[in-house]
Amino acid sequence: MMGVNEKRGSAFPEGGVLETPKKTLFQENWGLFRKNRLAMAGLMIFVAFFIIALTGRILTYGRDPYFNPALVRLQEKLRPPLSKPNMETLKPEEVPRLGIYLFGTDDLGRDVFSRMFQGSWVSLTVGFVAVSIAVVIGVFLGGIGGYYGSSQISLGYLLASVLLGGGIIGILLGGTAVGVLMVLLGAAVAAVLIRMGNSKGKRPIPMGFSVLFFNLFSVDVLITGLIDIMLCFPSFFLILTVVALLPASIYNIMIVIGLTSWMGAARFVRAEFLSLREQDFITAATALGVSNWRIIFRHMVPNAMSPVLVSATIGIATAILTEAGLSFLGFGVPPPDATWGNILSSGKDFLFDAPWLTFVPGFAVLIVVLAFNLFGEGLREVLNPKLRER
Amino acid sequence: MLSVHDLKVFFHSDNIVSRAVDGISYEVREGETVCLVGESGCGKTVSALAILGLVPQPPGKIRGGKILFKGKNLLDLDEKILQEIRGRAISMIFQEPMTSLNPVFTIGDQVEEAIITHEAVKKDEAHRRTIELLTDVGIASPEERMKDYPHNLSGGQRQRVMIAMALACKPDLVIADEPTTALDVTIQDQILHLFRELKEKRHMALLYITHNLGVVAEIADRMYVMYAGIIAEVGNVEQIFRDPSHPYTMGLLDSLPSRARKGKPLYSIPGAVPDPAYKPQGCPFNPRCPYVQESCRGEFPEMCDFEDHHFARCPITYKQRKGS
Amino acid sequence: MLAFLGRSLIQKIITLFFVSVISFLIIYLAPGEPSQIDPMNPKFTQEVLERFRKEFHLDKPLHVQYFYFYRDLISGKSVSWKDNRPVLGKIYERFLNSLPLFILGTLITWTLSFPVGIHAAIRRGSFYDRSTTFLAYLLISIPGFFFAYMLIIFVVTQFHVPVIGMETFGISSAGWSWLMDRVWHLLLPSILFGAGGIAVLSRYVRNQMLEVEGQDYVRTAKAKGLPADKVHYKHALRNALLPFVTMFGLILPGLLGGSVIIEYIFSWPGMGRMAYEAILARDYPVILTVNFISAILVLVGTFISDLLYMVVDPRIRL
Repeated sequence: MMGVNEKRGSAFPEGGVLETPKKTLFQENWGLFRKNRLAMAGLMIFVAFFIIALTGRILTYGRDPYFNPALVRLQEKLRPPLSKPNMETLKPEEVPRLGIYLFGTDDLGRDVFSRMFQGSWVSLTVGFVAVSIAVVIGVFLGGIGGYYGSSQISLGYLLASVLLGGGIIGILLGGTAVGVLMVLLGAAVAAVLIRMGNSKGKRPIPMGFSVLFFNLFSVDVLITGLIDIMLCFPSFFLILTVVALLPASIYNIMIVIGLTSWMGAARFVRAEFLSLREQDFITAATALGVSNWRIIFRHMVPNAMSPVLVSATIGIATAILTEAGLSFLGFGVPPPDATWGNILSSGKDFLFDAPWLTFVPGFAVLIVVLAFNLFGEGLREVLNPKLRER
Repeated sequence: MLSVHDLKVFFHSDNIVSRAVDGISYEVREGETVCLVGESGCGKTVSALAILGLVPQPPGKIRGGKILFKGKNLLDLDEKILQEIRGRAISMIFQEPMTSLNPVFTIGDQVEEAIITHEAVKKDEAHRRTIELLTDVGIASPEERMKDYPHNLSGGQRQRVMIAMALACKPDLVIADEPTTALDVTIQDQILHLFRELKEKRHMALLYITHNLGVVAEIADRMYVMYAGIIAEVGNVEQIFRDPSHPYTMGLLDSLPSRARKGKPLYSIPGAVPDPAYKPQGCPFNPRCPYVQESCRGEFPEMCDFEDHHFARCPITYKQRKGS
Repeated sequence: MLAFLGRSLIQKIITLFFVSVISFLIIYLAPGEPSQIDPMNPKFTQEVLERFRKEFHLDKPLHVQYFYFYRDLISGKSVSWKDNRPVLGKIYERFLNSLPLFILGTLITWTLSFPVGIHAAIRRGSFYDRSTTFLAYLLISIPGFFFAYMLIIFVVTQFHVPVIGMETFGISSAGWSWLMDRVWHLLLPSILFGAGGIAVLSRYVRNQMLEVEGQDYVRTAKAKGLPADKVHYKHALRNALLPFVTMFGLILPGLLGGSVIIEYIFSWPGMGRMAYEAILARDYPVILTVNFISAILVLVGTFISDLLYMVVDPRIRL
């Protein structure tokens, strides 16, 4: 055999292989995303919408805004879009800024364009805040379920949590005496648990107290149980119920939508965490002594985020649709604030006489929601290698 | 019987062209066992898929060459005719037994399907033949096993079922794409033994793709060494193991742990296999080659005739051997 | 296998219990009094108010109210606070009205989604695929009521037919024309009910099909020499359909879900509309009963899904 081994000693260039140009993960994903024209269109519309909403907020805010959405001009009611104002009947400050009623007026003579402008901010914030709440809750619960899933909850833990939690709620609701009592009891149980837990191996636990350590069920069962319970509620119906019972306000709506839509994110995160937990790089990190929190936040969460991201964008779309639906039924943001939903709602009585009151906000919602959906689907295709062309 | 001429298969994505198979030619004669050897990423699987028209055509594209099977160019043939050839004249065994069988059908159904698709036989005849086949490939109690689903079987057993499916219609050529790579070494041994047996009994031609030189030594008559989409060396197994003539082949053989080098550090070819989209100019092995010279970086080397039926694509070693 | 089903059943009952407690708490913790007890209304004297409170146990502590309420619910004795009719009776009546809407809508959804989705997956990237994709997004994004009104406007102006309500007012209640009238009134709301579902389901079908088509065993099927339709419809489809069999069980909860807005627009006297009216009137028994029933539907639906999945996937034979 030829003495290749001998050649090894010679001055051989180190590898010297042509390297593939490196792209960061983001660049690679962005490149793929860009090719999807529909998704790009979605992204651009989303950015445009964001800008419009922001300017809308600034220009329609306060008592004397640049575009006045609340100005009632009964003499100009139900004018079609692009119609000129009747200059004789209007005071100078009542004339619309652009010189014409760009989207017409509603049944109180208010300029629909200004109202749409104002409503865009509401739609935007409702979407984002609601989804943020949902994502935070979902990622938190899903993460705990996925990571600590097999940890067991003992009777003592449950007792202490219920007492403490119930006590705090009791105090808040006004039943101070009972509440304080429960909190004290809960603290006592917790103290016993901690004390005995620490000395578990060293000293035998006195009779009776060992029942406190009886394992009831695992964290995972708790979390999935919670998810299952929430899933039993018909979502729109539940939101409607709560919103109808609470005083009407934009914050209530956002919070309620957020509190009822975290289940999807939780399930995704839990599933991802469960599979990630078994992966070698996590075992390696644990073996290196990395703390639990760091593992969760630095290693697992970034990997689990892609389905959450996709469901978040689509969630914003759904939230906007839900808000529009609520307003339509009369339970949305209270007047005189304009939202796209309540413009639509006021339009339903004038369906044939003033169809623009239905079409303008309807199309607006359609376009924005479509944009988010397209963007979300584009994200999903990019982030999910299984769906890519091989 | 099968001869591939100057086959080129490229993959296009994002304006990048990946030259997975860059002009290779090989042939398999009746009854012989040919091994296509190379590391992961050298294009051997793609060339095999191209034979049966299984290369996914949106990203992939066949850019040239011919694949002659019994005189006809498979690349020109209609899909319908290809379907008749697949599984009957030429059949293929894949690398991953765990995922290559359909999980919702019994293995009996799947083997029977292979028979019924190509031959007009009745159900019970197909049933009988399936049992025969399963016995041939070494599955115990085939009558009961037929009703099992793939997930009830071990990896080795699933691979045997794949082999049974491939042999169902007595093909002229069987292409086996690293059939034992995903299995334990002991199972690997059994499967190889099975292949040898079947080869003797049925006189079929076998194109065996692998990266394991030990396997090549066990079963092959002739071998082709592939690197970065091209054939680097071809010859009888004995010739090549005795006198490896391409620097890559030499490197491969040197990397085998052997008792003769006990106590010395293991050798490995420096560098890494090039990305099929960014191949070096000239001879693709030149960045890693201990014999590299200026000319290697310039022009693409031709095949040189070292011995009877033993060729290698390296003029440098050729000159060294024949020259002086 | 029985052990698994048994455990699943127990789990579901526990879940149902918690759902009942939580819905109860939500309603009762909300500010405001139920409809008839309006202290501002001069018709209600103090005595009447007190008597009312006693009758509906509103003076007792929460857990007692909970007990009374659910006892009445299950025995069928609970009555609506709005019109004093038994809740279950009301629900049943409205249920019968919602049912044809639900059945037709679901049929439309499921029979159209599969062919569309499968075809789009097999011809990935083609004009058919891209146009159906875009249409699907459009349908998902359009607000239900907007789409409804557009359709109504279109139908009314083009065909000059009435579309609101279950039947045209004053039509005689027998004979062929009556039947046609009923069917006609059913059509539009059912289409709306099904439309959104088609969009979502066909996308899902397409994605599932694509994922399966990329699997190794599909390649094996092709390598065996099977013709294209056997490869797609026998080998790939059978695997792609697995998750949908389980979704089948989950249709059940849809009975209550999507219909509120549609029933509102079309003045269809169904369960969704009743739920809406109950919320407006703070008719707690009705609201809670509807909630409870919905939860039962979800749990039964998931139970059926679990069963079906076990039957259909040979890998899960417990």
